[in-house]
Amino acid sequence: MHWSWLPEYFPIIAHGLYVTLFILVFSVVVGFILAVPIGLIQVTGSAPARWIAGAFCGYIRGTPLLTQLWLLYYGLGSTFPLIPGFREHFMWLVRLDAFYYALLAFTLSFAGYEAEIMRGAFLSVPRGELEAARAFGMSPWKVNSRIWFPRAVLQVLPTLTGEVIGQLKSTPLVFTIPVLDLMSAISQVRQDTYIIYEPLIFLAIIYMILTYFITRAFGYLEKLIPQRR
Amino acid sequence: MILAAAPLSELLSFGDKGYGDEMFWGALRSVQIAFFAYAFGLCLGLAGAMGKLSGGRVLKAILEGYTTLVRAVPELVLILLLYYAGTDGLNSLIVALGFQRIEINGLVAAIFVLGFVQGAYHTEVLRAAIQAVPIGQSEAAKAYGMSPFLRFRRITLSAMLPNAIPGLANLWLNVTKDSALISVVGFTELALATRQAAGVSKQYLVLYLVAQAVYLCISFASGQFFNWMERHVRRGQPKLA
Repeated sequence: MHWSWLPEYFPIIAHGLYVTLFILVFSVVVGFILAVPIGLIQVTGSAPARWIAGAFCGYIRGTPLLTQLWLLYYGLGSTFPLIPGFREHFMWLVRLDAFYYALLAFTLSFAGYEAEIMRGAFLSVPRGELEAARAFGMSPWKVNSRIWFPRAVLQVLPTLTGEVIGQLKSTPLVFTIPVLDLMSAISQVRQDTYIIYEPLIFLAIIYMILTYFITRAFGYLEKLIPQRR
Repeated sequence: MILAAAPLSELLSFGDKGYGDEMFWGALRSVQIAFFAYAFGLCLGLAGAMGKLSGGRVLKAILEGYTTLVRAVPELVLILLLYYAGTDGLNSLIVALGFQRIEINGLVAAIFVLGFVQGAYHTEVLRAAIQAVPIGQSEAAKAYGMSPFLRFRRITLSAMLPNAIPGLANLWLNVTKDSALISVVGFTELALATRQAAGVSKQYLVLYLVAQAVYLCISFASGQFFNWMERHVRRGQPKLA
């Protein structure tokens, strides 16, 4: 076992860890915020809106994230510059870093998976509670913000742990487009030093530690919420 | 329109001009990998679930380590680790036994690696499904004097399938999508075939959309199949709600 590379590459690995965590936290937070309305539309929206939201979820869940990432980065990334006038006016967009495509792809992916779960959660809130709220004379918005949203989100919380861990485990995919995440840092080590296994084992251990902390954090979060069992 | 620089029919035609044949064979390989990896994972999972439920303490600890480890590490990292370590390890074993080094078939390696990863998830799905079967049913079968194998086939298997089908369906959808990860070790399945075709033709957007449509068709068809399957194994059960 060779571990002598570790001190030298530590800064790159630390930066990669930061990028990985940033992608994870950003996509989970923004994705979840997007998922709530998408889930709600699937339950209450008009027929066309419902179809569009359903198709979005079906597409996200039915195709590999790897190809979604490639479609955005290589597909859109190579199409933007072809639009006439784009190069002159949107030079800043052409230089868009792969990092932003990764953020977009991961956020949409999380939103798609989570929206499907939110749909079920919205449906499973007992109708009587909503009817009672309406009978109290609450406005539709108040029914949503006081009864429907909190009840649905609380139901989703236990499944969120698994979803976030799944999202963490997808993050290494970004190394297939030039994003310097944890995985790319480790592959750089492997390419520079010709050491095959140790960096990968190190990488696996880091992911296991992260998984452990996510599990603990969500367990703590669940305990904070008062619940009658 | 820029997207129509080359007509789709020409782009996807078979032969030298188009990439239809490359992508077709890629799609076929993807399905092949997914199918065999799933079957291998199912076997591992069944053995693993049995071991977890009725094995000795050492076996249980080993299986616990297997499922925890595999499910905590990203599939991509596992695939890289197992692909290199597996082919290397097998070759050094062969050399140690005094044979020539062999070139390990990429397809076979891919199937084993993905199947090994799937096995951990199958173990958990099947263990939970078997545990959800009331113990009295199995005891009643035992009281009737059924042999363990007959008991499994007639009672446990048919009673646990309704619990297991949704989880098994999920795992199948996962393995069809995870087969795209095999492209990272340089095996030409649908994702990599598309990437290569797109790289040559520069028609990234169109070709990736076509590839995604193929994945979507696979997912949709499998979804229909598993719906039918669930209805089939739930026949005779009282309807929920």
